[in-house]
Amino acid sequence: MPTVRIPTVLRKHTDGASKVDADGATVGEVFTSLIDEHPGLGEQLLDDGKVRGFINVYVEDEDIRYIDGLDSPVEPDDEIAIMPAVAGGA
Amino acid sequence: MRFDDISQAIGNTPLVGLPNLSPDGYEVYLKLEGHNPTGSVKDRVAKSLLEHARKDGSLVEGQRVMEPTSGNTGIALAALCRVLGHPLTCVMPENTSEERKQILQLYGAEIVYSPAEQGSNGSVLMARELADEDPDVFMPFQYGNPANPLAHYETTAPEIISDLPDVAAFVAGLGTGGTVTGAGKRLKQYDPSIKVYAAEPEYGDLVYGLRNLDEGYVPAVLDVDVLDSRIKVNSRKALTMTRRLAAEEGIFAGVSTGAALHVAIRVCKRLPAGSKVVALSPDGGWKYLSTGAYAPGDTNEIADAISGTLWA
Repeated sequence: MPTVRIPTVLRKHTDGASKVDADGATVGEVFTSLIDEHPGLGEQLLDDGKVRGFINVYVEDEDIRYIDGLDSPVEPDDEIAIMPAVAGGA
Repeated sequence: MRFDDISQAIGNTPLVGLPNLSPDGYEVYLKLEGHNPTGSVKDRVAKSLLEHARKDGSLVEGQRVMEPTSGNTGIALAALCRVLGHPLTCVMPENTSEERKQILQLYGAEIVYSPAEQGSNGSVLMARELADEDPDVFMPFQYGNPANPLAHYETTAPEIISDLPDVAAFVAGLGTGGTVTGAGKRLKQYDPSIKVYAAEPEYGDLVYGLRNLDEGYVPAVLDVDVLDSRIKVNSRKALTMTRRLAAEEGIFAGVSTGAALHVAIRVCKRLPAGSKVVALSPDGGWKYLSTGAYAPGDTNEIADAISGTLWA
Protein backbone atom coordinates (compact mmCIF):
# COMPACT_ATOMS: atom_id res chain seq x y z
CA MET A 1 0.00 0.00 0.00
CA PRO A 2 1.31 3.53 -0.74
CA THR A 3 2.67 5.57 2.17
CA VAL A 4 1.76 9.21 2.73
CA ARG A 5 4.15 11.51 4.59
CA ILE A 6 2.32 13.99 6.78
CA PRO A 7 3.95 17.38 7.56
CA THR A 8 4.31 18.43 11.20
CA VAL A 9 1.56 21.01 10.89
CA LEU A 10 -1.04 18.35 9.94
CA ARG A 11 -0.06 15.60 12.39
CA LYS A 12 -2.70 16.69 14.86
CA HIS A 13 -5.15 15.12 12.40
CA THR A 14 -3.27 11.78 12.27
CA ASP A 15 -2.76 11.25 16.01
CA GLY A 16 0.81 12.46 15.59
CA ALA A 17 1.73 9.94 12.88
CA SER A 18 4.31 11.22 10.37
CA LYS A 19 3.64 8.40 7.90
CA VAL A 20 0.29 6.84 7.11
CA ASP A 21 -0.62 4.00 4.72
CA ALA A 22 -3.53 4.72 2.38
CA ASP A 23 -4.76 2.69 -0.57
CA GLY A 24 -5.42 3.93 -4.09
CA ALA A 25 -4.15 3.83 -7.65
CA THR A 26 -4.07 7.62 -8.08
CA VAL A 27 -3.17 10.49 -5.74
CA GLY A 28 -6.87 11.43 -5.63
CA GLU A 29 -7.86 7.88 -4.59
CA VAL A 30 -5.13 7.78 -1.95
CA PHE A 31 -6.33 11.13 -0.59
CA THR A 32 -9.91 9.82 -0.43
CA SER A 33 -8.78 6.80 1.64
CA LEU A 34 -6.62 9.07 3.78
CA ILE A 35 -9.45 11.51 4.48
CA ASP A 36 -11.88 8.62 5.22
CA GLU A 37 -9.47 7.46 7.90
CA HIS A 38 -8.50 10.96 9.14
CA PRO A 39 -11.45 13.28 8.38
CA GLY A 40 -9.68 16.34 9.82
CA LEU A 41 -7.33 16.31 6.84
CA GLY A 42 -10.14 16.92 4.34
CA GLU A 43 -10.38 20.69 4.43
CA GLN A 44 -6.62 21.00 5.08
CA LEU A 45 -5.68 19.24 1.83
CA LEU A 46 -8.46 20.01 -0.59
CA ASP A 47 -10.48 23.04 -1.55
CA ASP A 48 -13.36 22.45 -3.95
CA GLY A 49 -11.83 19.12 -5.03
CA LYS A 50 -8.42 20.65 -5.76
CA VAL A 51 -5.15 20.59 -3.81
CA ARG A 52 -4.95 23.79 -1.76
CA GLY A 53 -2.58 26.55 -2.88
CA PHE A 54 0.18 26.50 -0.28
CA ILE A 55 0.58 22.71 -0.39
CA ASN A 56 2.94 20.77 -2.63
CA VAL A 57 2.27 17.08 -3.23
CA TYR A 58 4.95 14.73 -4.55
CA VAL A 59 4.87 11.14 -5.77
CA GLU A 60 8.32 9.59 -5.46
CA ASP A 61 9.73 13.15 -5.11
CA GLU A 62 8.02 14.47 -8.28
CA ASP A 63 5.56 17.39 -7.95
CA ILE A 64 2.14 16.10 -9.10
CA ARG A 65 1.42 19.40 -10.90
CA TYR A 66 3.85 18.18 -13.55
CA ILE A 67 2.49 14.62 -13.69
CA ASP A 68 -1.31 14.58 -13.79
CA GLY A 69 -2.43 16.39 -10.66
CA LEU A 70 -4.79 14.31 -8.49
CA ASP A 71 -5.02 11.80 -11.37
CA SER A 72 -1.28 11.06 -11.14
CA PRO A 73 -0.79 7.28 -10.91
CA VAL A 74 0.53 5.73 -7.71
CA GLU A 75 2.27 2.34 -7.45
CA PRO A 76 1.71 0.20 -4.34
CA ASP A 77 5.19 0.89 -2.93
CA ASP A 78 5.25 4.62 -3.80
CA GLU A 79 5.73 7.36 -1.26
CA ILE A 80 3.46 10.39 -1.47
CA ALA A 81 4.76 13.44 0.37
CA ILE A 82 2.67 16.43 1.42
CA MET A 83 4.76 19.56 2.07
CA PRO A 84 3.81 23.14 2.91
CA ALA A 85 5.17 25.71 0.40
CA VAL A 86 8.05 27.60 2.01
CA ALA A 87 10.52 30.27 0.90
CA GLY A 88 13.79 28.69 -0.23
CA GLY A 89 17.22 29.75 0.93
CA ALA A 90 18.79 32.44 -1.23
CA MET B 1 40.87 39.24 -18.29
CA ARG B 2 41.13 42.72 -16.87
CA PHE B 3 38.26 44.53 -15.10
CA ASP B 4 37.80 48.04 -13.70
CA ASP B 5 36.00 46.89 -10.54
CA ILE B 6 34.56 43.76 -8.95
CA SER B 7 31.09 44.13 -10.49
CA GLN B 8 32.61 43.78 -13.97
CA ALA B 9 34.13 40.41 -13.05
CA ILE B 10 30.71 38.79 -12.53
CA GLY B 11 29.54 36.02 -14.87
CA ASN B 12 31.22 34.11 -17.70
CA THR B 13 31.65 31.16 -15.37
CA PRO B 14 33.11 27.81 -16.50
CA LEU B 15 30.85 25.05 -17.87
CA VAL B 16 32.56 21.81 -16.89
CA GLY B 17 31.82 18.26 -18.08
CA LEU B 18 31.43 15.37 -15.65
CA PRO B 19 32.94 12.35 -17.46
CA ASN B 20 32.72 10.07 -14.41
CA LEU B 21 29.27 10.93 -13.04
CA SER B 22 27.34 11.34 -16.33
CA PRO B 23 25.05 8.34 -17.00
CA ASP B 24 26.15 6.17 -19.94
CA GLY B 25 25.18 7.81 -23.21
CA TYR B 26 24.56 11.27 -21.71
CA GLU B 27 26.71 14.32 -21.03
CA VAL B 28 26.08 16.22 -17.81
CA TYR B 29 27.79 19.59 -17.36
CA LEU B 30 28.01 21.80 -14.30
CA LYS B 31 28.00 25.58 -14.56
CA LEU B 32 30.33 26.57 -11.74
CA GLU B 33 28.86 29.76 -10.28
CA GLY B 34 31.24 29.51 -7.36
CA HIS B 35 33.74 31.16 -9.73
CA ASN B 36 31.97 34.51 -9.38
CA PRO B 37 33.82 37.18 -7.36
CA THR B 38 32.06 36.56 -4.02
CA GLY B 39 31.75 32.86 -4.71
CA SER B 40 28.13 32.33 -5.76
CA VAL B 41 25.50 32.74 -8.48
CA LYS B 42 24.02 35.55 -6.39
CA ASP B 43 26.62 38.00 -7.68
CA ARG B 44 24.60 38.12 -10.89
CA VAL B 45 21.38 38.76 -8.97
CA ALA B 46 22.83 41.34 -6.58
CA LYS B 47 24.33 43.30 -9.47
CA SER B 48 21.03 43.28 -11.35
CA LEU B 49 18.95 44.22 -8.27
CA LEU B 50 21.21 47.18 -7.42
CA GLU B 51 21.68 48.40 -10.99
CA HIS B 52 17.94 48.41 -11.73
CA ALA B 53 17.12 50.16 -8.44
CA ARG B 54 19.76 52.85 -8.97
CA LYS B 55 18.61 53.36 -12.52
CA ASP B 56 14.90 53.79 -11.69
CA GLY B 57 15.65 55.97 -8.66
CA SER B 58 14.25 53.63 -5.99
CA LEU B 59 17.77 53.41 -4.52
CA VAL B 60 19.61 56.70 -4.07
CA GLU B 61 23.20 57.59 -3.20
CA GLY B 62 24.18 56.43 0.28
CA GLN B 63 20.80 54.83 1.06
CA ARG B 64 20.66 51.76 3.33
CA VAL B 65 19.77 48.43 1.70
CA MET B 66 17.99 45.65 3.61
CA GLU B 67 17.39 42.11 2.36
CA PRO B 68 16.21 38.72 3.66
CA THR B 69 18.86 36.13 2.78
CA SER B 70 20.27 32.83 3.95
CA GLY B 71 23.74 33.97 2.94
CA ASN B 72 24.74 34.08 -0.71
CA THR B 73 22.58 37.04 -1.75
CA GLY B 74 23.65 38.89 1.37
CA ILE B 75 27.34 38.29 0.71
CA ALA B 76 27.00 39.39 -2.92
CA LEU B 77 25.02 42.51 -1.94
CA ALA B 78 27.53 43.27 0.83
CA ALA B 79 30.48 43.35 -1.56
CA LEU B 80 28.69 45.44 -4.19
CA CYS B 81 27.11 47.79 -1.62
CA ARG B 82 30.58 48.40 -0.20
CA VAL B 83 31.89 49.52 -3.58
CA LEU B 84 28.79 51.62 -4.31
CA GLY B 85 28.66 53.22 -0.85
CA HIS B 86 25.42 51.73 0.53
CA PRO B 87 25.20 50.42 4.11
CA LEU B 88 23.54 46.97 4.20
CA THR B 89 21.39 45.06 6.68
CA CYS B 90 20.87 41.31 6.10
CA VAL B 91 18.02 39.47 7.77
CA MET B 92 19.00 35.81 8.01
CA PRO B 93 18.04 32.64 9.90
CA GLU B 94 20.14 32.39 13.07
CA ASN B 95 21.30 28.85 12.20
CA THR B 96 23.28 29.88 9.10
CA SER B 97 26.92 28.80 9.08
CA GLU B 98 29.63 30.74 10.89
CA GLU B 99 31.53 31.39 7.66
CA ARG B 100 28.61 33.33 6.20
CA LYS B 101 28.27 35.50 9.29
CA GLN B 102 31.99 36.29 9.31
CA ILE B 103 32.13 37.13 5.60
CA LEU B 104 29.14 39.47 5.94
CA GLN B 105 30.67 41.20 8.95
CA LEU B 106 33.99 41.52 7.14
CA TYR B 107 32.20 43.35 4.33
CA GLY B 108 30.69 45.66 6.95
CA ALA B 109 27.11 44.39 6.71
CA GLU B 110 24.80 44.41 9.71
CA ILE B 111 23.04 41.14 10.50
CA VAL B 112 19.60 40.77 12.05
CA TYR B 113 18.69 37.18 12.97
CA SER B 114 15.32 35.58 12.40
CA PRO B 115 14.27 32.42 14.29
CA ALA B 116 15.97 29.23 13.01
CA GLU B 117 12.75 27.22 13.15
CA GLN B 118 11.03 29.55 10.68
CA GLY B 119 13.67 29.04 7.97
CA SER B 120 13.76 31.55 5.12
CA ASN B 121 10.02 32.25 5.61
CA GLY B 122 10.95 33.86 8.92
CA SER B 123 13.62 36.06 7.31
CA VAL B 124 11.20 37.21 4.63
CA LEU B 125 8.55 38.10 7.21
CA MET B 126 10.96 39.90 9.52
CA ALA B 127 12.64 41.88 6.71
CA ARG B 128 9.25 43.03 5.46
CA GLU B 129 8.24 44.20 8.93
CA LEU B 130 11.53 46.03 9.48
CA ALA B 131 11.38 47.71 6.06
CA ASP B 132 7.78 48.79 6.66
CA GLU B 133 8.83 50.44 9.93
CA ASP B 134 11.72 52.30 8.30
CA PRO B 135 10.83 54.13 5.10
CA ASP B 136 14.45 55.19 4.63
CA VAL B 137 15.68 51.69 3.76
CA PHE B 138 15.50 50.17 0.31
CA MET B 139 14.62 46.47 0.12
CA PRO B 140 15.46 44.89 -3.26
CA PHE B 141 13.43 41.79 -2.24
CA GLN B 142 14.88 39.07 -4.42
CA TYR B 143 11.79 36.87 -3.93
CA GLY B 144 9.58 39.37 -5.74
CA ASN B 145 11.86 41.54 -7.88
CA PRO B 146 11.83 40.90 -11.67
CA ALA B 147 15.48 42.06 -11.78
CA ASN B 148 16.34 38.71 -10.17
CA PRO B 149 15.14 36.39 -12.97
CA LEU B 150 16.24 39.03 -15.48
CA ALA B 151 19.87 38.54 -14.40
CA HIS B 152 19.61 34.89 -15.49
CA TYR B 153 17.66 35.75 -18.63
CA GLU B 154 20.31 38.25 -19.69
CA THR B 155 23.51 36.53 -18.54
CA THR B 156 23.29 32.92 -17.25
CA ALA B 157 21.26 31.45 -20.12
CA PRO B 158 23.09 33.23 -22.98
CA GLU B 159 26.39 31.92 -21.59
CA ILE B 160 25.03 28.35 -21.59
CA ILE B 161 23.70 28.72 -25.15
CA SER B 162 27.03 30.07 -26.31
CA ASP B 163 29.06 27.30 -24.64
CA LEU B 164 26.68 24.41 -25.40
CA PRO B 165 24.38 25.27 -28.33
CA ASP B 166 22.76 21.80 -28.33
CA VAL B 167 21.85 21.77 -24.63
CA ALA B 168 18.76 19.55 -24.12
CA ALA B 169 17.91 20.25 -20.49
CA PHE B 170 18.67 22.68 -17.68
CA VAL B 171 18.46 21.98 -13.95
CA ALA B 172 18.76 24.48 -11.12
CA GLY B 173 17.84 24.58 -7.46
CA LEU B 174 14.71 26.29 -6.19
CA GLY B 175 15.26 29.11 -3.72
CA THR B 176 13.61 32.26 -4.99
CA GLY B 177 12.87 30.58 -8.32
CA GLY B 178 14.84 33.29 -10.12
CA THR B 179 17.33 30.97 -11.81
CA VAL B 180 14.87 28.46 -13.25
CA THR B 181 12.44 31.20 -14.27
CA GLY B 182 14.90 33.59 -15.93
CA ALA B 183 17.31 31.11 -17.49
CA GLY B 184 14.45 28.71 -18.32
CA LYS B 185 12.52 31.38 -20.26
CA ARG B 186 15.56 32.38 -22.28
CA LEU B 187 16.50 28.77 -23.05
CA LYS B 188 12.96 27.96 -24.20
CA GLN B 189 12.86 31.03 -26.43
CA TYR B 190 16.09 29.82 -28.00
CA ASP B 191 14.80 26.25 -28.41
CA PRO B 192 11.31 25.34 -27.15
CA SER B 193 12.32 21.67 -26.88
CA ILE B 194 14.78 22.40 -24.05
CA LYS B 195 13.49 20.95 -20.77
CA VAL B 196 13.75 22.89 -17.52
CA TYR B 197 13.76 21.12 -14.16
CA ALA B 198 13.79 22.52 -10.64
CA ALA B 199 15.59 20.70 -7.83
CA GLU B 200 13.75 21.55 -4.65
CA PRO B 201 15.52 21.07 -1.32
CA GLU B 202 13.53 19.06 1.18
CA TYR B 203 14.03 21.15 4.29
CA GLY B 204 14.04 19.74 7.80
CA ASP B 205 10.83 19.20 9.74
CA LEU B 206 11.50 22.39 11.68
CA VAL B 207 11.20 24.60 8.63
CA TYR B 208 7.92 22.95 7.67
CA GLY B 209 6.63 23.41 11.20
CA LEU B 210 4.49 26.39 10.27
CA ARG B 211 1.52 27.06 12.48
CA ASN B 212 -0.91 26.54 9.64
CA LEU B 213 -0.81 26.00 5.92
CA ASP B 214 -2.04 29.50 5.13
CA GLU B 215 1.40 30.76 6.17
CA GLY B 216 2.94 28.98 3.18
CA TYR B 217 4.91 31.03 0.71
CA VAL B 218 5.37 30.91 -3.04
CA PRO B 219 7.90 33.50 -4.32
CA ALA B 220 6.41 35.94 -6.81
CA VAL B 221 9.38 35.61 -9.19
CA LEU B 222 8.82 31.86 -9.66
CA ASP B 223 6.96 31.13 -12.91
CA VAL B 224 5.84 27.51 -12.45
CA ASP B 225 4.82 27.30 -16.11
CA VAL B 226 8.44 27.48 -17.26
CA LEU B 227 9.16 24.19 -15.49
CA ASP B 228 8.79 20.75 -17.02
CA SER B 229 9.01 19.24 -13.57
CA ARG B 230 9.93 19.99 -10.02
CA ILE B 231 11.71 17.27 -8.08
CA LYS B 232 12.45 17.36 -4.38
CA VAL B 233 15.76 16.14 -3.06
CA ASN B 234 16.35 15.21 0.57
CA SER B 235 19.51 15.99 2.48
CA ARG B 236 20.86 12.42 2.19
CA LYS B 237 20.62 12.36 -1.61
CA ALA B 238 21.98 15.90 -1.98
CA LEU B 239 24.93 15.30 0.33
CA THR B 240 25.72 11.93 -1.26
CA MET B 241 25.97 13.53 -4.69
CA THR B 242 27.92 16.53 -3.36
CA ARG B 243 30.52 14.22 -1.83
CA ARG B 244 30.68 12.02 -4.94
CA LEU B 245 31.28 15.15 -7.01
CA ALA B 246 34.39 15.91 -5.00
CA ALA B 247 35.58 12.29 -4.92
CA GLU B 248 34.94 11.42 -8.56
CA GLU B 249 35.15 14.70 -10.47
CA GLY B 250 37.42 16.80 -8.27
CA ILE B 251 34.79 19.51 -7.80
CA PHE B 252 34.19 20.88 -4.29
CA ALA B 253 30.71 22.36 -4.22
CA GLY B 254 27.92 23.33 -1.84
CA VAL B 255 25.07 20.94 -1.06
CA SER B 256 22.60 22.65 -3.42
CA THR B 257 24.91 21.59 -6.25
CA GLY B 258 24.48 17.98 -5.18
CA ALA B 259 20.70 18.43 -5.28
CA ALA B 260 20.77 19.88 -8.82
CA LEU B 261 23.16 17.18 -10.00
CA HIS B 262 20.99 14.44 -8.47
CA VAL B 263 18.04 15.73 -10.52
CA ALA B 264 20.17 16.12 -13.68
CA ILE B 265 21.19 12.47 -13.48
CA ARG B 266 17.63 11.36 -12.68
CA VAL B 267 16.09 13.10 -15.71
CA CYS B 268 18.66 11.84 -18.24
CA LYS B 269 16.63 8.70 -18.95
CA ARG B 270 13.67 10.87 -20.02
CA LEU B 271 15.78 12.51 -22.71
CA PRO B 272 16.97 11.12 -26.06
CA ALA B 273 20.26 9.20 -25.91
CA GLY B 274 23.22 11.52 -26.34
CA SER B 275 21.47 14.48 -24.71
CA LYS B 276 23.50 17.17 -22.99
CA VAL B 277 22.24 18.39 -19.63
CA VAL B 278 23.41 21.49 -17.75
CA ALA B 279 23.05 21.65 -13.96
CA LEU B 280 23.79 24.92 -12.22
CA SER B 281 26.18 24.78 -9.28
CA PRO B 282 25.27 27.85 -7.20
CA ASP B 283 28.40 27.87 -5.05
CA GLY B 284 31.49 26.07 -3.80
CA GLY B 285 31.70 24.18 -0.53
CA TRP B 286 33.92 26.58 1.39
CA LYS B 287 31.19 28.41 3.30
CA TYR B 288 29.76 25.13 4.64
CA LEU B 289 32.89 23.48 6.04
CA SER B 290 31.92 24.31 9.63
CA THR B 291 28.60 22.47 9.24
CA GLY B 292 30.46 19.15 9.08
CA ALA B 293 28.96 18.29 5.68
CA TYR B 294 32.36 17.27 4.32
CA ALA B 295 33.79 15.58 7.40
CA PRO B 296 34.90 11.94 7.17
CA GLY B 297 32.22 9.41 8.11
CA ASP B 298 28.97 7.86 6.95
CA THR B 299 27.19 10.23 4.55
CA ASN B 300 23.67 9.31 5.68
CA GLU B 301 24.53 9.74 9.34
CA ILE B 302 26.12 13.12 8.65
CA ALA B 303 23.13 14.21 6.55
CA ASP B 304 20.70 13.23 9.31
CA ALA B 305 22.79 14.90 12.00
CA ILE B 306 23.02 18.27 10.23
CA SER B 307 19.74 18.31 8.27
CA GLY B 308 18.63 21.30 10.36
CA THR B 309 21.48 23.49 9.12
CA LEU B 310 22.23 21.89 5.77
CA TRP B 311 19.98 24.12 3.69
CA ALA B 312 19.95 27.10 6.04
